Amino acid sequence: MKLALELWTVVAVIAGAFFFLAGTVGLLRFPDSLTRLHALTKADNLGLGLVVLGLLPQMDSVSDGFKLACIWLLVLLSGATASQLIARTLRRNDSRP
Amino acid sequence: MNDVLNIGLVALILGLAVWTIVAREAYAAVVGFIAYGLLLTLVWVQLHGIDVALTEAAIGGGLTGALLIGAAARLRSTESPAHAERPGVLTRWLAAGVSAAVTGALAICVLVLPVPAPTLAPAVVANIAVTEVGNPITAVLLAFRAMDTLLEAIVLLFALIGVWSLAPDRAWGGRPGPLQQSDPNGMLAYVARVLPPIGIVAGAYIFWVGADHPGGKFQGATILAAMWLLVMMAGLADAPPISRTWLRWLLVAGPLAFITIGVVGAVHAGAFLAYPEGLAKPLILVIEFALMPTLTLILGLMLLGAPQRGETT
Repeated sequence: MKLALELWTVVAVIAGAFFFLAGTVGLLRFPDSLTRLHALTKADNLGLGLVVLGLLPQMDSVSDGFKLACIWLLVLLSGATASQLIARTLRRNDSRP
Repeated sequence: MNDVLNIGLVALILGLAVWTIVAREAYAAVVGFIAYGLLLTLVWVQLHGIDVALTEAAIGGGLTGALLIGAAARLRSTESPAHAERPGVLTRWLAAGVSAAVTGALAICVLVLPVPAPTLAPAVVANIAVTEVGNPITAVLLAFRAMDTLLEAIVLLFALIGVWSLAPDRAWGGRPGPLQQSDPNGMLAYVARVLPPIGIVAGAYIFWVGADHPGGKFQGATILAAMWLLVMMAGLADAPPISRTWLRWLLVAGPLAFITIGVVGAVHAGAFLAYPEGLAKPLILVIEFALMPTLTLILGLMLLGAPQRGETT
């Protein structure tokens, strides 16, 4: 059982790290701001989410795990808001002659 | 494995520091500085200085970062003329020489430090029971070195007065910051409704656990100030005019309570800011509670800047 949990942690954290890497590559390589935002949110949502999921079995107590999950949810909220605001500003600047 | 991480962290920080200095644009330099502050937070975590890490993240990276972004935005119009005029060769050599001298002096100072470094930590551990506070950092900040904390709070107040003194005459006593007109159904307004309840709980929690665990009034006050600023930026509430009596009273309440307790200590316990025996913990709590609203207001108002519009708008 313990081995299975450790294995889960390794797999999930590596998968999370992969999304962070992919998000960073996208941020550097994508052609315009909107697609770069898209790449960035993949790192926040999926990357951090997978890392948190992977670390959950390693926590000492339920409350620690709860705090980790809360961190992920807060990052989701702030990431979504910031991307929305940036995207809206972009669109407003584009429509202006 | 840990060494590899630490070396990587230090290399990243040094790289970011260099980049922040050589960046041509003020805005890029500020972004570099914020990332630098966040990485520095990780260094403090590695050194087991969780209190310092929290302060660095809240004030060094967050609050200072926001202040600098505002400054960079205001300086944007002056940036290209400033780049156009290059200083002479002599000035540049002089600047390089002085910078190298400062760096050299700092390096020598660090290298001649005695090993192990002189420390008062054992004295703090031996005497912490007197204060009935569990977190040694809080014991140092509010009992053994309370004078420093008092002066810190007063310096912040002076800084705010300095910011206010930049106000034009017609706006004196008015509201700081521009009038925010944002969409009441927009994304920012939504977050400004959802996040503050969570932020207020987190801020109050960090303030309260400061007695026994890493945390305290400065970090808590920064979070509360951030929530207040979010609500104001979303246009859900307006900044208060700085001439309000309640505002002025709250701004001096913290230092005033601190000084009063200090003077009472001078009479009853023999020294300024000494606590009478057995009353240390309650008095520390009173000071913390008095400082909390003061700090929240000062930090928030400092970010809003000088008053810009009359009271009525």
